Amino acid sequence: MTAPTKQTLRQQVLVLYLSTSALDSKVIGWSQYDGTGRSAPTTGDSDEPPYETGVAALCDGWRLLQAAQLIPPYPGHEYDVSFLKHEFLFEKLVELDG
Amino acid sequence: MTEQLLTSVQMAHFVAHGSLTMTAVVPREMNAEAIGVLTAGIPGAPYGTPVSEAFPAGSFARRLVELPAVAGALHSLVGPAPTVDHHHVHIREPREGSAQPLHGDAIIDVRMDAFDVQLMYYPHEVTLEMGGTLSVPGSHLRRTNETDTGRYQNLRGQNRLVCPAGTVVLLHHGIWHGGRRNDTDTPRYMFKIRFNPTVPQVRLWNTGDLADPAVADELRTQFPWYEPATGRLEYYNRVRMWRALTGDESFDLDHWVTRVTNRPLAHH
Repeated sequence: MTAPTKQTLRQQVLVLYLSTSALDSKVIGWSQYDGTGRSAPTTGDSDEPPYETGVAALCDGWRLLQAAQLIPPYPGHEYDVSFLKHEFLFEKLVELDG
Repeated sequence: MTEQLLTSVQMAHFVAHGSLTMTAVVPREMNAEAIGVLTAGIPGAPYGTPVSEAFPAGSFARRLVELPAVAGALHSLVGPAPTVDHHHVHIREPREGSAQPLHGDAIIDVRMDAFDVQLMYYPHEVTLEMGGTLSVPGSHLRRTNETDTGRYQNLRGQNRLVCPAGTVVLLHHGIWHGGRRNDTDTPRYMFKIRFNPTVPQVRLWNTGDLADPAVADELRTQFPWYEPATGRLEYYNRVRMWRALTGDESFDLDHWVTRVTNRPLAHH
């Protein structure tokens, strides 16, 4: 009898900032974190986004984990600018070799 | 020494971008001197020390801020006799492995009618691999606190500084920025000075071109990382800043502020 192969999975995380609250809108910002330790993405390491839209990331196998809530502005602060509003978190589960 | 004041168009560029770059403005002989001076260290001064006391006459830092183009830009932005908040020599060590998280300096600072300016001086050529400062054009009016923006690794239209020796960048206090990872074997130097104004920052530049349509064109600059909806709010905030800088409360861009503040009085 062959022992079952132990699967070792690690999470890769992709954060996309989109131009509207629609998942198929254009990517304006991006970050990546790699739970496999094979890469170390960091601040200012690329001028070109990995995908043109959020849906393009889905088509490449990324699973959507969370979309930013739509929160109305606080009264009196309707014209303030602050963080990016449309943040989408994605994951991929990657099998480690061996 | 004659100060070369900024024009209204250049000031409008600063209001839109939150920065002004003076490429290779420092002479070659000063750049050659700089590495030794910066390595030895520039004596500190208490917060809020006048430039004349923080940097003695003839010192490297004093000669740097008195270069006609640098002095004129500082006068235009923060006025005569600003004080030195603090200064620091930043060195990105070779292959140190990490970048700074994207941040704004100090703490959240929402002043619209007053602002500090940070001077960044690069004494040697900075290549893409050397980890020149990352900055995000048009981020200076965002109300965020220090490294709370650390999750933003890359934004469309970000500026990864690449410059020849002797370049000086002047930044609004709110700009999002960070030292990038230095992937070379050479240390990367930058000397930063933060200036506080001591006078109201109203019409301190050469205002001869105030009515030039190029002023409004500069203020209309949009950046690729803006959500289009928030980009319209950026217009609103720039109009407020331009009104504060010019003292002209009637100034507007394409009716953005006028429309939402219009409350007609009843006619009797």
